[in-house]
Amino acid sequence: MYEFVSGPLVWIAFIVFVSGMVYQFVTMLRSARKDKVIYPYMSLKYSLRSLFHWMIPFASRNMRDRYEVTIVTFLFHICLILGPIFLLAHIAMFAFAWGFKWQTLSQVAGTYMTIVVILASLFLLLRRLMMPEIQFVTDPSDYLLLAIAAAPFITGLAANQQWFDYQTTVIVHIITGAVMLMLIPFTRLSHMLFFPFTRAYMGSEFGAVRNARDW
Amino acid sequence: MGLPAIPIVSDPGLDETVKGLTPEKIAKVVNRIIDSETAARFKVYMKTCVHCGLCSDACHWFLSNDRDPRFSPVGKVKQTLWEIIKRKDSLDPAFLKECSRIAHTECNVCRRCSMYCPFGIDIAYLLMVVRRICSELEMVPQFLQDTVNSHSVTMNQMWVKQDEWIDTLQWQEEEAKGEIKTARIPLDKEGADVFYSVIAPEPKILAQLIGNIAQIMAVAKVDWTMPSFDGWDNSNMAMYSGDFETMGRVERYHHEAALKLKARRIVMGECGHAFRGAAYDGPKWLGWKQPPIPLIHAVDFYHELITTGRIKIARKFKTPVTVQEPCNIVRGRGLGKKLREIIAATCEDFTPPYPDFEHNYCCGAGGGVINCGPPWKTSRVKGNEVKAKQLAETKAKIIITPCHNCHSGIEDIISGYKLGMHVKFFSEILMEVMEIPDELRA
Ligand code: HEM
Ligand code: HEM
Ligand code: SF4
Ligand code: SF4
Ligand code: SF4
Repeated sequence: MYEFVSGPLVWIAFIVFVSGMVYQFVTMLRSARKDKVIYPYMSLKYSLRSLFHWMIPFASRNMRDRYEVTIVTFLFHICLILGPIFLLAHIAMFAFAWGFKWQTLSQVAGTYMTIVVILASLFLLLRRLMMPEIQFVTDPSDYLLLAIAAAPFITGLAANQQWFDYQTTVIVHIITGAVMLMLIPFTRLSHMLFFPFTRAYMGSEFGAVRNARDW
Repeated sequence: MGLPAIPIVSDPGLDETVKGLTPEKIAKVVNRIIDSETAARFKVYMKTCVHCGLCSDACHWFLSNDRDPRFSPVGKVKQTLWEIIKRKDSLDPAFLKECSRIAHTECNVCRRCSMYCPFGIDIAYLLMVVRRICSELEMVPQFLQDTVNSHSVTMNQMWVKQDEWIDTLQWQEEEAKGEIKTARIPLDKEGADVFYSVIAPEPKILAQLIGNIAQIMAVAKVDWTMPSFDGWDNSNMAMYSGDFETMGRVERYHHEAALKLKARRIVMGECGHAFRGAAYDGPKWLGWKQPPIPLIHAVDFYHELITTGRIKIARKFKTPVTVQEPCNIVRGRGLGKKLREIIAATCEDFTPPYPDFEHNYCCGAGGGVINCGPPWKTSRVKGNEVKAKQLAETKAKIIITPCHNCHSGIEDIISGYKLGMHVKFFSEILMEVMEIPDELRA
């Protein structure tokens, strides 16, 4: 079992993730041609202006008004993306299989980032449960997505802390990690891919066409 | 959730149409619109929205209805498009009626929400897709549909006949001449610097505004013209009902009238939606990147006249004023700063509203909502309590409102919430403060 999940499954997960993202990207470019306004309106300057105001914490009005969400969501996303990439355990596995490695986080830092993601997920869950306007637009898939995003962190932490049988926990962890990677392109988690493009388009339409700010 | 019941409003445009619809008819239209009229924006927006609700605080409907989630931008998309996508082939007629209520009467397509969504999702566009589907099924509030019918028959919004139009212009020319000797309304003059267009309610019910502009043009010595033929009405309700074929025809007539007269540029009267139609929605549908002739809104024009000194200010307006910043020219064209500058040049006591500029709240009337008529007035006024609060806080007496829709919408809010304020177009302020040289006086 461990042989399978730590070998072929990892390969499958990465292949599905990468090819799924490429597929979504190409599909988007194709249908953008059909949407007559997109290419003529796109402007590099205003795309970057918009991305700038929406990737820097508190640079937009709604990020200031909803400061609690801003703080949590930035911590959540930064730890969620950068944590695993620089995690000692992950790099060690790469190094072991392929013989190359890159800068790693210390054990403690990795664990802290993991805890941040878990707590932030909890916050996002509570927010979803408690605020009527979010509850109203929530369906089961929203809980599922949150669970899919949080699962590798919960199981990774459990493995690292050796709360349960280490071998089993690592197997479960790798499965949850692989599931998450494979689902990103095919669920709303694909917002990771689309974010720069939806922003760039809106930024361009506001800036280049409507001469107004969009933050 | 214990949400209050949405009051039932009877509107023949919806109540009669619903009788003739079947799930099959609906499915055919839905599939056609979704498959062949929408592309990347629609698909990516639908895939990207993470249901986070962060757009809610943008919407005056949501804020004014005790944060009722059914009025949040994403809430409106959920109640319409999510269902449409989910059960494309089994949508019942009654559901479609709800869609029209939500998309036509409870969203002003003001696009404030796309400034609050972290992804910049254009929710107004999504709700326009709903309107498009409704319109293709003739599910449109009756009053709104009537204006569209008028557009399609007469090329203007209010069934104004050509002789009435010309008569009105002549009458207003007489009125203007009574004040200023040189005031004229030159019809069909070729090669003029300015082709001036208005919305049909001006000749129909607010004719003195045309007389005013004749005086302003005379004082500023502008070389201008208006057409005697169709294309003079720059308004466009078909854009809002979802009848884009008619929308395209109307916009084409307007631009072509100016081309026919070989005008150097088009100046549009104080209306927000008309400007939006001529500057974006029309050209987009017609496949033009830019309108063929330069096009400016009245605020831009007055700014030019004042800053170049062609109009001088004799005395400043004394009564305390504030401003209604129309979405379609402020969020839609960035004219906020110029609007402030012309107010500063003409008014002594100005208090800005809060929030302002691009973040200003919509008047609640735009996007065709006021054109849905009396049946929907109660919900419209209730749906903009935040606007009443915002205006009351300025403690101003006069609200300068360079948009016809906003003008009527704000008047309804003033009377609905007993604010005791008054609405004025900028041209009305200008009429009171501009310097009229003695040799021009009649
Ligand atoms: C699919 C291939 C993956 C493999 C083979 C893998 C493998 C591992 C291993 C062996 C550990 C070590 C546990 C320990 O410290 O002893 C670990 C920890 C961890 N992994 Fe993964 N993982 C994968 C995917 C992911 C993904 C996709 C994420 C999150 C996005 C993730 C997040 C974590 C976290 C947060 C920890 C624990 C960090 C800590 O508390 O120190 N992993 N992973
Ligand atoms: C560069 C990549 C990414 C960007 C720019 C991004 C951006 C966003 C934004 C703007 C939101 C809006 C709501 C909020 O602020 O809470 C959001 C929500 C969310 N993101 Fe991401 N994201 C990215 C990658 C990811 C990845 C890789 C995952 C997980 C696999 C993820 C999981 C989530 C989840 C679960 C939510 C929803 C929170 C809720 O339920 O309210 N994101 N993301
Ligand atoms: S009224 Fe304006 S803010 Fe509200 S949903 Fe419609 S476009 Fe968005
Ligand atoms: S803010 Fe944007 S992503 Fe969030 S619910 Fe509204 S439309 Fe969807
Ligand atoms: S009527 Fe005025 S405030 Fe309202 S949408 Fe139009 S421009 Fe906006």
